[in-house]
Order: sequence, then C-alpha cells, then structure tokens
Amino acid sequence: MPEGVLEIDRISKRYGEVVALRDMSFDVRAGELFGFVGSNGAGKTTAMRIALGVLVADSGEVRWNGRTVDFDTRRRIGYMPEERGLYPRMKVLDQLVYLAELHGMGTNEAHTSAENWIARLGLRDRRSDEVQRLSLGNQQRVQLAAALVHEPDVLVLDEPFSGLDPVAVDVMSQVLREKASAGVPVVFSSHQLDLVERLCDRVGIVGAGSMVASGTVDELRSGGTPRLVVESPTTDWAATLGGVRVIEKNGTRCVLELADGVDDQTVLHAALAVGPVHEFSRQRPSLTELFRNVVTTEGRNA
Amino acid sequence: MTSARSVSLVAKREFVSKVRTRSFLVGTAVIIAVLAGYVVLQSVLFDDQQRSVVGLSGQATQLADPLREKARAFGVDVETRDVTTAGDAEQQVRDGALDALVTGAPPELKMIVKGSGDEVLTTTLNDVLRQQVLIAQLAEAGTTPQEVAQSLAGVKVDVTALEPVDPQRGQRLAIGLIVAALLYYSLLVYGTMVAQGVVEEKSSRVVEILLATLRPWQLLLGKVIGLGAVGLLQLLVISTVGLGLSSAFDVIDVSTLGGAALLTGVLWYLLGFFLYATVFAAAASLVSRQEELQSVLTPISMTIIVAFVAGINLMIGSPSGTTVTVLSLLPPFAPILMPGRMALGVAPAWQVVLAVVLALAAIAAITWLGGKVYANAVLRTGARVKLREALRL
Repeated sequence: MPEGVLEIDRISKRYGEVVALRDMSFDVRAGELFGFVGSNGAGKTTAMRIALGVLVADSGEVRWNGRTVDFDTRRRIGYMPEERGLYPRMKVLDQLVYLAELHGMGTNEAHTSAENWIARLGLRDRRSDEVQRLSLGNQQRVQLAAALVHEPDVLVLDEPFSGLDPVAVDVMSQVLREKASAGVPVVFSSHQLDLVERLCDRVGIVGAGSMVASGTVDELRSGGTPRLVVESPTTDWAATLGGVRVIEKNGTRCVLELADGVDDQTVLHAALAVGPVHEFSRQRPSLTELFRNVVTTEGRNA
Repeated sequence: MTSARSVSLVAKREFVSKVRTRSFLVGTAVIIAVLAGYVVLQSVLFDDQQRSVVGLSGQATQLADPLREKARAFGVDVETRDVTTAGDAEQQVRDGALDALVTGAPPELKMIVKGSGDEVLTTTLNDVLRQQVLIAQLAEAGTTPQEVAQSLAGVKVDVTALEPVDPQRGQRLAIGLIVAALLYYSLLVYGTMVAQGVVEEKSSRVVEILLATLRPWQLLLGKVIGLGAVGLLQLLVISTVGLGLSSAFDVIDVSTLGGAALLTGVLWYLLGFFLYATVFAAAASLVSRQEELQSVLTPISMTIIVAFVAGINLMIGSPSGTTVTVLSLLPPFAPILMPGRMALGVAPAWQVVLAVVLALAAIAAITWLGGKVYANAVLRTGARVKLREALRL
C-alpha cells in the first residue's frame, strides 16, 4: 500500500457537451512538490476541485495512502482554490481560528496555529483587521495561511503564486519547500513556468483534460529530439552530414537537430575536421518550450 | 469531528459575527424606542381621556364627594379641587389647568367650561344635582335619606349578555397585533439575513473552502441555527423591555396576558423561522451576487407580507371568521396569524395543535427540499441557477 501518496486515477468530468477531464491520472508522492501546468481551460482547476470533493467526478478515483479519499480524509487536505475565498468582513485571526476549528482542531490548538502562521507569513500587524481591508497580496498570504493552518497532510494549491510580489513569492516558495521536506505531498498549478522549473521535483503538463507529459524537469527536458549547439568558423559542413538538420544559423553558431540513432560524436568529429570548435553543447528545451510544444500540438489536434 | 461540532462551530460564528455588528445593536435600540414611545403614548392618552379636574367654589365644595362617586360609577375619574377666588379659577379653566369650574349653591349651580364641555361630566353633575335636591325635599317630607338609599340600593336591572364582551378585549387585540408585527419583522429580517449570508459566502467564494471540510447541510443548518438564535435574542430583549415598560405604565396586564403571548410568540417564531429560513437559503443559493438576490427573494417576502397585512385586517375585523381561521392553519401564514389569534383568545386548542403539526410537517418537507436545492446550487457560481436544474440534480 503506497504511503503518503496522493493518486489521481483516471478521473473524467464533463459539463454537458464540454469535456473538462478525460482519464486524467497522476500521483504526488510524500515530500514531493508537483507542478501542474497547462493552458487556461486545460482542466487543472477541475482536477483539483475533484480531489477536494468540491466537485464529483463522472468516473475515476482519488486515493490517499491507497484508500479512496472520503470526507474525513479531505479534512486533512489544505486547499487554496483558484477563486480566492475568505469572509470579507471577518478579522484575519478569527478567520484562521475558525477554519482551523472546522478542520478538527481544538480551540487552543487552533489559536496557536493561527498565530504561528500569521507571524510566519508576516501578517502580525494585520491580524485584527478585516480581510477586506487588506491589500490583495496580503489577502493572498491569509489565503495561504488558511490552507496551512490545520497542519494538513496534503496540500493542493490552485495558482498560489498569482498576484504575489517577489518577496511574497520567495516566502511562498520557502513554505512549500518546507512542507514538502516535512513529508507532505504538495501539488500546485501555475503559469509561471520558470518558477515551476526551479521549484518542483516533478511537473505534469496538462492539455485538453488529460496529462500529456509528466516527470522530473530533467526527464521532460531530455525527452524529445536531441539538439546540439556548435560554434565553429564555418557551418557549411553540417549540411553534408546525414541525419542532421540545421534549424538555426547565426553567424558562426548553429543549432542542429539530430535524427534518431545519430551519434553526437560523429558530428563533433565532422566539425573538428573542418576547423576549430569553440562551443559544443547539448541544447535542452526549457519548460516553456516544452509547454509551448504541448499547447500547439493540442491546438493542431483540436 | 462530529457533525454536531461542525454545526455548532458554524452557528457560533454566525451568532457572534451578527450580534457584534452595529446594525444589530442599532436595530434593536430603534425597535425598543418605538415600542417605548407607543407604550408611553398609550398611557398618556389613557390618562387624558379618563381624568377631569373640576374646580369647586363656595357652597359647591360640598358636592366633591358625591361628584367623585357618581363619576366613578360612570367610569370616569374626576379630581376635585376647592377654589377660593372664582376669578383665578376662571383663568385656570381658560388655561386648561381646570376642565370645569362649578360655582353657586344647589339647586342653582353654574358650570364654566372652556369650550363645549365634557358631556359625561355635565351628565354626572346634573345627576348629582338632582340627587341633592331630592335629598333636601325628602328631608322636608320627613323621610330620612338613609331609608330611601337603602330601599333604592337593591333595585337594579338584571342584564343578560347574549354575546358577553371580554373586558380585556382591547388589551388582547393590542397584544395580538404586537406579537404578529414582531413575528412578521423577525421572520422577514432574519430570513433575509440568512439569504444574504448564503450569497456572501457564494460571492466571496469562501464556500468552496468551507465545503472542502463541511457537508452542505451542516453549513446550512449551522447558519440557520446561528441567525435564528440572533433573532430569538432580539425578540426576547424587545419583549422583555416591552413588557417591563407596559407594566410600569399599567398599559397591559403583564402577568397573564403578556406572559402567555411571549411564550406563544417564541414558539411560533421558532416554527416560522425554521420554515422560512431554509426557503430563503435555498432561493439565495441560486444566485451569485447580492444584486440578484432581491429578484429571488420577492416571492418569499411577499408571502410573509401578505400574511401580515391580510391577517392584521382580518384579525381586527373578524378574528374567528372562516378565512382567517383557514389561513391561520396553513403553514406559510400560521407563524404570523396563529399567535395573533391565540393572543386574542379566539383559537380553540385543536386549531393550535393542528397548525403546529402542519407547520412541523412543512418544516420537514421544506428542509429536505431546500437542503437539496442548496447543496446542488451553492457551488455553481456565475449565471443564476434554474430552480428546476437545482432540484433535478
């Protein structure tokens, strides 16, 4: 039985004629930060809402520790919905204490935890203010505190970084890292791909309601057709090699794409035979490029 | 965590956050002020109508006792004052300090009034005068007035009332109307508050976080209990202050009528609130913004308003009539009409029991149906959810 793993197993959901999710599967392991990326309307939010039981899937299952997630296990999940939601006229501290209590904490424990997260997220001066009087950035911090205040076993955060200033982004990243190190599986969606690339242990790319690719950032980047960057006085030699395509040429620098089975050492020898080689490296696509690739492929299929 | 704890947490939050608001405190104070004003006005009017101050001058002063007694027999309270200088007294009549000035000696009395004079007072005075003259003549004829008085004392008409009038009818009607008005106010205001709370959670999207840890019925029940308790608290504060003032000013008989009205009022508030609150909540869950709320609440508010307006008119006119009897048995109208009729003392026990049973049955049905609509619609933000869709899912 898998311990500390959140599994999303082939969930499907349709709204009338619109298919929101089609056999979406992925898992998040204990101590792992899982980044969830995909274009708008790809199904990220729907998947998260189903995991939280706020929506009911047409088919498929969400499991925690190998057991179907039920009402009591859901209490142990920390959730930050895409549409931020707090009582606008409730004070920050009261709000957090209330949410902690609703998740099963005793009153004293709830107070301690709420004060703790308020201090941690730099909200101490605003603890007695109504939420509606806070800046959007600070509201966002309260929202994160609301997801964390009951010390959840799993974190599911929908776009936690949107609308944050760089300092808040750092605080948020640090908190998520820390939670993951404590053995909590953390899954969050984001459009800030550089951030996802930097922060996440594994990434899932969603397109049209299903998981197109998932794995560590390295795995994802090393997948696909290998490319080489070569810098040498002339680049004419490249065109003569079989299985090599020049896709970019910029003065003395060119980017080559190798067909399957072509050894990069063959290319290096061919280049050295012509003249000196100042740079020879493997070019790996950034997450942004991978993402763009997925999105355009998806667009073509649709 | 038990459902009871979840529900009580929600209820506590609703209660505390509403009781702390300025609108609750101000609202309660305003109602109490209005009620106090009404009570004071009643007692002042009561005093004015019943009490006349009559100045007696010269030989007329000997009429003070018979005049007061006779007046009491007519149901009027007369205060007599001996005046020494007739001129001053006339001025007092002009100023309104005295209602009338009586001078001269029987049988030739003169009464000076400012305007048209009080008819009852004139009649009373005439009677007293005739009696004085009679006594004087009897004395001349050799019969003592005491003998005559004794033989007259036993002589009176035996009255049989075909439809006896309850001496407390006026008070009962006043209490019935106040109870109906307070229940009308409470149901409308606190029902609307439930609806606003539902939409606030929906429009601020906090409901999504709540429903990740609460079941819809727990959230709904907690809200209804919490706000219902706020309404009950206000009702009790208002009633207690109202009854206290009324007894201080002798406007109503607090011990029996008032206490009974308070009990039935609380019972019917609870029945009415649980009946209407779920309907308000279910209707509110169909919309996502406060601005859209009015359109879905209108049919519900109208029912309550019709129950109140029609009910009040029928209650004053014919509280035992067929229309008002039937209406007071039907669950949507019973919470306002039945306590009113009970305060009037015209509702037989079987009708009260029937109305309570019907109301309980309606609450069970409405809670089930309303809870279903709420659970289906509360997470669907955006366009207004059609009732049929919310019921079908």
